[in-house]
Amino acid sequence: MSSYQIASLGRGLIRSSRLRSFVRGHGVLAAAGAVVAVVVLASVCAPLIAPYDPNAVDVMAVSQGRSAAHWLGTDDTGRDILSRLLYGARLSLLAPAAVVLIAGVLSSALAVSAAWLGGWWDRTVSALLDVVFGFPGLVLAVVAAAVFGAGLTVAVVALSVAYLPYIGRVVRNAALRECQLPYVSALRMLGMSGWRICLRHVVPNLLPIALVQVTMSFGYALLDVAAFSFIGLGTQPPTAEWGLMVANGTSGILAGRPEQSLYAGVAIVVFVIACNLIGNGLSTRLQGETR
Amino acid sequence: MNRPQPLLAIDELHVTLPFKGQPRTVIQRVDLTVPAGSAVGLVGESGSGKSMTARAVLRLLPGGARTGGKILFDGADVTTMSPAALRKLRIHDVAMIFQDPRAHINPVRTIGDFLTEALVTTRGVRPRAAEATVTALLREVGIADAARRLRQRPSELSGGLLQRVMIAAALAAEPRLLLADEPTTALDVTTQAEVMAIIDEARAERGLAMLFITHDLALAAAVCDRIAVMYAGSVVEELPADRLHDGARHPYTRALLASRPAPGSGGSLRAIPGRPLPAYETGPGCAFGTRCSQAQEVCGAERPLPRSGGGGTTACHFPVDPLVPQATTGAGDRSTTHG
Repeated sequence: MSSYQIASLGRGLIRSSRLRSFVRGHGVLAAAGAVVAVVVLASVCAPLIAPYDPNAVDVMAVSQGRSAAHWLGTDDTGRDILSRLLYGARLSLLAPAAVVLIAGVLSSALAVSAAWLGGWWDRTVSALLDVVFGFPGLVLAVVAAAVFGAGLTVAVVALSVAYLPYIGRVVRNAALRECQLPYVSALRMLGMSGWRICLRHVVPNLLPIALVQVTMSFGYALLDVAAFSFIGLGTQPPTAEWGLMVANGTSGILAGRPEQSLYAGVAIVVFVIACNLIGNGLSTRLQGETR
Repeated sequence: MNRPQPLLAIDELHVTLPFKGQPRTVIQRVDLTVPAGSAVGLVGESGSGKSMTARAVLRLLPGGARTGGKILFDGADVTTMSPAALRKLRIHDVAMIFQDPRAHINPVRTIGDFLTEALVTTRGVRPRAAEATVTALLREVGIADAARRLRQRPSELSGGLLQRVMIAAALAAEPRLLLADEPTTALDVTTQAEVMAIIDEARAERGLAMLFITHDLALAAAVCDRIAVMYAGSVVEELPADRLHDGARHPYTRALLASRPAPGSGGSLRAIPGRPLPAYETGPGCAFGTRCSQAQEVCGAERPLPRSGGGGTTACHFPVDPLVPQATTGAGDRSTTHG
């Protein structure tokens, strides 16, 4: 092989692998986005597409396998598993969405104000975030449930606090960098107020970074909410929710009918992976943009 | 001089910045006056404290900075001003143009947003009126298709165009003093000339005073009324711009002038030996002493204070005699700036 051939072969490889990785990178992002979109749409349209009432008990059809009437079978009280999965998606997605939304807004406010004001406020906020960072979200939620009683609202509030550092620490670092940029001092020289500079100029520039963190955290929050319900402290029966469905199905596993736990578990896993892939994809694209 | 009070008077300015917990001197001693309507050039090498001086005028120094001395704007001391008064100063009286316009404009907002926001939020102008004002200003700084530019983002404009936008933003504030921090350094030569002409014209029309920071001696001499030369955080010489070439008395100024390439004469440049010192590395004596060809014993021991003579002031123990005696050029009237 001549050196020219080797060189052109090498160039071809580089070109094709670059192309492939580009397609693959965006393909993964697109596929994960499609999964999320389909699940969200299905949960919103649950009343239209679910074949049964999620809480309708049918004693004539208890613990059935897959059939034409019940695509994913029924649970031990004869409720349609597919319908419960579809309806369950609502709470299962809404609760972590609330968690990351509350945590995102609150932690961003803390982070930007800390970066802008500096001094004792920055030290206080950083210390607070570090302390909260030491507590696993689930432990905090369990403690909250012990104090305030079980329920999804308690879980959402406790997890919102627990997720503050995951978003806040990243946003604070980015905000510190952003506040040092020349355009910020140029705005100060124009006599603009700190509020205005932060809200209208710094925050919009931090939004992509915050969004990546929120997306990543969403998957973990979903997992935590499901786990909280699984141990019986979150959603209470007979409400349909994925974590609770996994718990309900555990007795069936030993009896050879793992369907309910399996389907709910798969739904959780698929959705969490999709969220992580989106978060990863976004952060890669973001880095590509800033470099 | 019969002016009772200059617009800007910097008096023995001293600035330290914290470095690893220790205060570090970045500005040793700056004395400077900018009379209303006139232009003063602040010339010096990188790191000599030019930009820091300009930022101190707006009290926009990095966190932990400590200032000594006085900065009087229209009689009020900026260093001790209340936050409200400081904001008023920034909104109404002083505007700044930066070296790198791209870094000084928020990349995610449109040009129109950038130009009108300050007018609308800090001066209470109605959005419609603000847009009309900035459109007129953009035309004035030579941007013809102003309406289209207002909707574009900074990334869609060239450096030269962006600097014009910056000038328009500075003019929109209707200030009395313009701080121009190397406004042409990041631009190519032809654009430089255009931008300088725009600044000059706008200044003449409005009777604006300007503190013009540059390391281009020739440019400063052409644009300004007076020149102040900075070295290691101190103003070492201050003199009328038209006397820069023959009336400079500080060895540093003379060495700077001599180090420039002269047209027509080939051969190597006459560099100043050694390297420029930051203010915190200087000893008790003259900051330039270690590099000065005529330094004597006292130069290493005692810092020279600025002394007036020959129409300017020089901080040197042994000022050089002017090339041309002052009597023959002193009355000469310049017309480069407002011509």
